[in-house]
Amino acid sequence: MVEFLQFTLSGIVFGMIYSAIALSLVLIWRGTRLLNFAQGGMAMLTTYVAIEVIYKTHSYWAGFVIALVAGLILGAASELTVVRPTAGKPELNAVIVTIGLLILFEGLAGIFFGGQYRSFPAAFSVTGLRVNGTPLGVSRFDVFTVAAVLATTLILAVTFRYTTAGLRMRAAAFNATVARLSGIRVGRVLTVGWALAGLLGALAGVLVSPSTFLYPNSMDAIFVLGFTAAVIGGLDSPAGAVVGGLLLGVGLSYVGGYLNSDLTSLVALGVLVVVLMIRPNGLFAGARMRRV
Amino acid sequence: MSSGTNGSGPAVGSDRDGAAGGSDRDGAAGRSASLAVDGLVAGYGEVIALDGVTVMAGAGSITAVLGAHGAGKTTLLRAVSGMIKARRGRILLADHDVAGRSPEQIVRAGIAHVPEGQGVIPELTVEENLRIGMMSWRRGPRAGRVAALEEEYARFKPLADRRRKPASTLSGGERQMLVIARALLARPRVLLLDEPSLGLAPRVMAQVMDLIVQLSRERGLTILLVEQNARSALAIADHGVVLNLGRVVASADAAILATDVALRHHYLGF
Repeated sequence: MVEFLQFTLSGIVFGMIYSAIALSLVLIWRGTRLLNFAQGGMAMLTTYVAIEVIYKTHSYWAGFVIALVAGLILGAASELTVVRPTAGKPELNAVIVTIGLLILFEGLAGIFFGGQYRSFPAAFSVTGLRVNGTPLGVSRFDVFTVAAVLATTLILAVTFRYTTAGLRMRAAAFNATVARLSGIRVGRVLTVGWALAGLLGALAGVLVSPSTFLYPNSMDAIFVLGFTAAVIGGLDSPAGAVVGGLLLGVGLSYVGGYLNSDLTSLVALGVLVVVLMIRPNGLFAGARMRRV
Repeated sequence: MSSGTNGSGPAVGSDRDGAAGGSDRDGAAGRSASLAVDGLVAGYGEVIALDGVTVMAGAGSITAVLGAHGAGKTTLLRAVSGMIKARRGRILLADHDVAGRSPEQIVRAGIAHVPEGQGVIPELTVEENLRIGMMSWRRGPRAGRVAALEEEYARFKPLADRRRKPASTLSGGERQMLVIARALLARPRVLLLDEPSLGLAPRVMAQVMDLIVQLSRERGLTILLVEQNARSALAIADHGVVLNLGRVVASADAAILATDVALRHHYLGF
């Protein structure tokens, strides 16, 4: 029973990381019908920025905040320079462009920071917490991880739902033509969407890197898992991204705990294939047809 | 009912009247503005859909744009609102050329386009759909926007009844009201309507036509009306233009067009 609790809790922690990546992918997908293959690469780069800042300033929080800001900037810059020119052209162009960005980011990281594995500090203690002597399997840092992702998600959700800026983004995502004809500067909205996606990726990066170590390819696996979570929840659904992440995190935690930890990658990919075959719109997608 | 110059956010009012010379306002005095299209050439890729079209719509008038499918009527509206780029020619809003501007700029200049197929966003509520119409306003006090919304709710009661419900729950006629109300909230001087009666029952169609006449008389809106149903369009229009294969083949007072039997048979099908 204690084992079950531990697996569940640690599954929730990793699940939140996958949710953050999934959310960033959903943000971009809803706005532009693009899958941002470079999302993991962006998260990796901003985490390198964080570690350099932490070394120079000896302040974790300075690194944390600057990573988030770097995420905003990197996301916006990517959209403006490389992705915007692909609008209106064949969709394959945009796919190739984001893959190209990924290769570029990983290459740049290798050149500037080197390929060796680096350890990344955690914001809080990573010692396991205990309740009445029973180890919970999660630490203070894990609690912070869950809280940080939840808080960010809630802030974004409230902004989207209740503010005019959020309405602008939703309108542009649902029907760009109507949005344009109403005076919404859809281009700007897209840039903001990519900036927010960059922020989410940066958050995921600093939260997961203490566990995975930091190296140019460190976010590749996380990206695949985040993508799987997004597909499970439905690429159109932010709520689905969060739930998909949690389901995946907890599910993989059980697989690793009860079966074999070597199986988790296999199971993750298996889940991805099965969902794409059976219910490609995801669990949460409505029957909405895509407007041509 | 409002005179048309107040009831909107103060920022919009002063900008519309040309004060302060904002760069995306064409400072024409007063509310009504004429719309003229001069030698317009536009198309899609290799296909030229408009081949030198000239149309004059006087300020405050209703101009019917008629013709068979593929004649270029929808393309004309799209070129005026900036959805597609004019390759040649001018688009004159009260004598200011707005050709080449983006749709976002053109709606701020005072031309609102209600495309064919309505464009209600079903996932959003009625009120959210309407609020989108005010996105072109300059920043101003919230009270102005609330007042403008209430004004539209007063005119369109069914929308007021459903304001917090998803727009997907509206009937065809109500959706048409919604998109027209949304366009009106942009405080345009020119309104482009593409097939507003499409898919509507005859009684509802008549209501929409009455509404269009009201908008023209009350607010001095210049209206360009594309309609497959030429008969009902000519019944309310001041002037009519007939397009065929991207060219203007007839341009006359609506009453004269309606009685020209040869023309009607040849181009309009009645």
